[in-house]
Amino acid sequence: MADHTTTAGHGAPHGSHGDEGDSRRDFLVLSTLTVGAVGAGLAAWPFIDTMNPSKDVLALASTEVDLSPISEGQSITVIWRGKPVFIRKRTPGEIAEAKKSLGGDKDPQADDKRTKKPEWLVVVGICTHLGCIPLGQRTGDPKGDYNGWFCPCHGSMYDTSGRIRVGPAPRNLDVPPYEFTGDTAIRIG
Amino acid sequence: MKTTLFAALIAGALAFPAVTNASEGPKLPAQKWSFDGPTGHFDRAQMKRGWQVFKSVCAACHSAHQLYYRNLVELGFSEAEAKQIAAGDNVPAGPNEAGETHVDGQPIMRPAQPSDKIAPPYANPAAARAANNGALPPDLSLITKARKGGADYVHAILTGYKEPPAGFQLQAGMNYNEYFAGHQIAMPAPLVEGAITFEDGTNATVDQMAKDVSAFLTWAAEPELEERKRMGIKILAFLLVFTALLFALKRRIWSDVH
Amino acid sequence: MSSEFKNPVIRWIDHRLPVFTMMEHSAVTYPTPKNLNYWWNFGSLAGIVLVVMILSGIFLAMNYTPHTSLAFDSVERIMRDVNYGWLLRYLHMNGASMFFVVVYIHIFRGMYYGSYKDPRELLWIIGVLIFLTMMATAFVGYTLPWGQMSFWGATVITNLFSVVPIVGDYIVQWLWGGFSVDNPTLNRFFALHYLLPFVIFALVALHLVALHQHKSNNPTGVEIKGDRDTIPFHPYYTVKDAFGLGVFLLIYLGFTFFAPNFFGEPDNYVAANPLVTPAHIVPEWYFLPFYAMLRSVPDNFIDAWGILPIIISAKAAGVCIMFGSIILLMFLPWLDTSKVRSANFRPVYKWAFWLFLFNYILLGYIGGQPPEGAMLTIGRVSTFWYFFHLLVVVPFLGKYERTLPLPESISAAVMAKESK
Repeated sequence: MADHTTTAGHGAPHGSHGDEGDSRRDFLVLSTLTVGAVGAGLAAWPFIDTMNPSKDVLALASTEVDLSPISEGQSITVIWRGKPVFIRKRTPGEIAEAKKSLGGDKDPQADDKRTKKPEWLVVVGICTHLGCIPLGQRTGDPKGDYNGWFCPCHGSMYDTSGRIRVGPAPRNLDVPPYEFTGDTAIRIG
Repeated sequence: MKTTLFAALIAGALAFPAVTNASEGPKLPAQKWSFDGPTGHFDRAQMKRGWQVFKSVCAACHSAHQLYYRNLVELGFSEAEAKQIAAGDNVPAGPNEAGETHVDGQPIMRPAQPSDKIAPPYANPAAARAANNGALPPDLSLITKARKGGADYVHAILTGYKEPPAGFQLQAGMNYNEYFAGHQIAMPAPLVEGAITFEDGTNATVDQMAKDVSAFLTWAAEPELEERKRMGIKILAFLLVFTALLFALKRRIWSDVH
Repeated sequence: MSSEFKNPVIRWIDHRLPVFTMMEHSAVTYPTPKNLNYWWNFGSLAGIVLVVMILSGIFLAMNYTPHTSLAFDSVERIMRDVNYGWLLRYLHMNGASMFFVVVYIHIFRGMYYGSYKDPRELLWIIGVLIFLTMMATAFVGYTLPWGQMSFWGATVITNLFSVVPIVGDYIVQWLWGGFSVDNPTLNRFFALHYLLPFVIFALVALHLVALHQHKSNNPTGVEIKGDRDTIPFHPYYTVKDAFGLGVFLLIYLGFTFFAPNFFGEPDNYVAANPLVTPAHIVPEWYFLPFYAMLRSVPDNFIDAWGILPIIISAKAAGVCIMFGSIILLMFLPWLDTSKVRSANFRPVYKWAFWLFLFNYILLGYIGGQPPEGAMLTIGRVSTFWYFFHLLVVVPFLGKYERTLPLPESISAAVMAKESK
């Protein structure tokens, strides 16, 4: 509050408060200010919370995918939380290739840490470098030297487990949280 | 004291016109609702019955455009049940890989999901009119807020079908309803005693069904009602304390002004 | 002066940017008449409601879509899916009504105590401009939910401009950006609804500059004559305003939580339909007195005069009367020639004031009724009285009223009251 005592001359100087009933007034001032501050804090929350994801957005936070139409060696792209997710039913050759090593030096990781069932690879289709969408989903796309995905922006190459092998990308393609809700059905998110 | 009284008087008087806007039509019989009053809440069993009435009777002609299947969880259904109810309806699937939305003139459909809006009975208003002798069944998701009287009005309409009084000129295809403006309503009496069997064993009288579905539609229009009233009581109690403190402080600070 | 602050950071800033000195002068040491009653709470209250409206409005705008095919549903999405969206929306809806309640009381307080008189004419005129801008803001804002009342209210009111001679139809088309109220109209109304509150904010700043120039009027209407007449704004009026705010919030939030649609019209929960007009188009309650004046001019009234129809139609006359009723308020400082400000010392004006207030409320009531029969007649008499009061009663009383003796000073008046 104000650091001054310049009320001299006014009809009602502050001074008279100081003499008697000082402690009671201080208590009253303090409790009123506390209650007011609590109220202002609580009142701010609804305003802030309106900017958090709303119920209709949260309702789309998980995506259910039926895998049964996907045949071996085929990939599909589904949208999950506004991002593309690559789902690939890998061939035995691709699985063997993926299990052979831990991938590149940058982000070594075992293939079974990246999959729940060996034939199904589920990764977020966003290059970990600067966010481009790698090629390799459609037949005829360049798949890079490791037969996985190739990012056209800066030449990053991913293997059949979605691990980074060559190029500027720092990390493997992210694996989104997902679970199998049936033999050939998953829920992402 | 005098001034406060005046303040209240003027505030009241200024707001007065809003309340007294010409209320025409017959007086609606007032029902007792669980959601009335400052501590009002929705009766979950009644909500479920109301949904059953809506789904098996109203939804044949009326949409509830603002509602999603996921909202049914708030009525007391489990997530699995809501999913199952959703899957029972079909919604347009959107363009397939070939870019088609229709095959052989029929829209491509898929089972609905909880994140879908409740499927409307007609694809568009023109289709709705075509199927109802030119009358458009209104969307029901906001009906209790969109009509004076709210739930009382819906209940009154549903139970207000009568024989027209002698000499009343009823137009072809219209029905007499005591509480509808002009008494001529295109909708035939929708509720028939025992038309549905409530899962909880409640006797399905016309009055019971009308009450349940009116309560359900109140929830559909104001799903925030319970939270709003609960929050309101806490906040007003808080404010009452705060205002009392301020009043004490004001008296104290002003005690030396002469 | 800045050296008065003990805190070195505050002193450093204030030496370069004297915001703290300004605050100190306008909200702390600011000398305020010591006899202000609770009617003087409504000015600061209006300022607080403006802030609440701007804040809730900004967060609502983050979730609103100004497109005819999406607007109604986007408001319902706010009500249903956005976290606390229903609370913000109801705060904003009821806040608009509360804003007008508070401002109406503030205006009538100014009228009763003669706060518009020399040297506060510009303070009053800026106030009338704030009121006008508020009405414009409320009007475009009411269009945004794109319900039936939104659509038809916008249609009816924009059509009023068609009475402008020669270019009227062109103006209406220009307002619409098309041939009816449609998407371009909704879009621009949204842009204006976001802009105008900040215009109000700027006008409020000017209102305060003008207020602080000659300080507040007070119930005696006698100017401040010395330090004995005043007390510092803080803590006396900060705590009094805070207490008033508490009472106000109890009422405002009471409506928001327990009767959020009390001031609203059910028809606005039906999505806009350009093919169906609701049975009764009624503006929001705060416009009703003006709506009554608009409808008060009878067709045959002008015909009877013979010459007038050539230059003015009944519709045009109604529009002129409606806008004139507000414009006329700006001239109040010169229409009222009384040397005495406060109605407390004007025995006849006091009754004229209460009659004027009653008449205004009556106009509001009439505005909400169908314009038929007795209602129409009463509406005409009331409209007449509104103008008669301002144009005849007020100037006449200013000249001939015998006023009561004024107290020597504010402090003398307070003493006299206490010794009773």
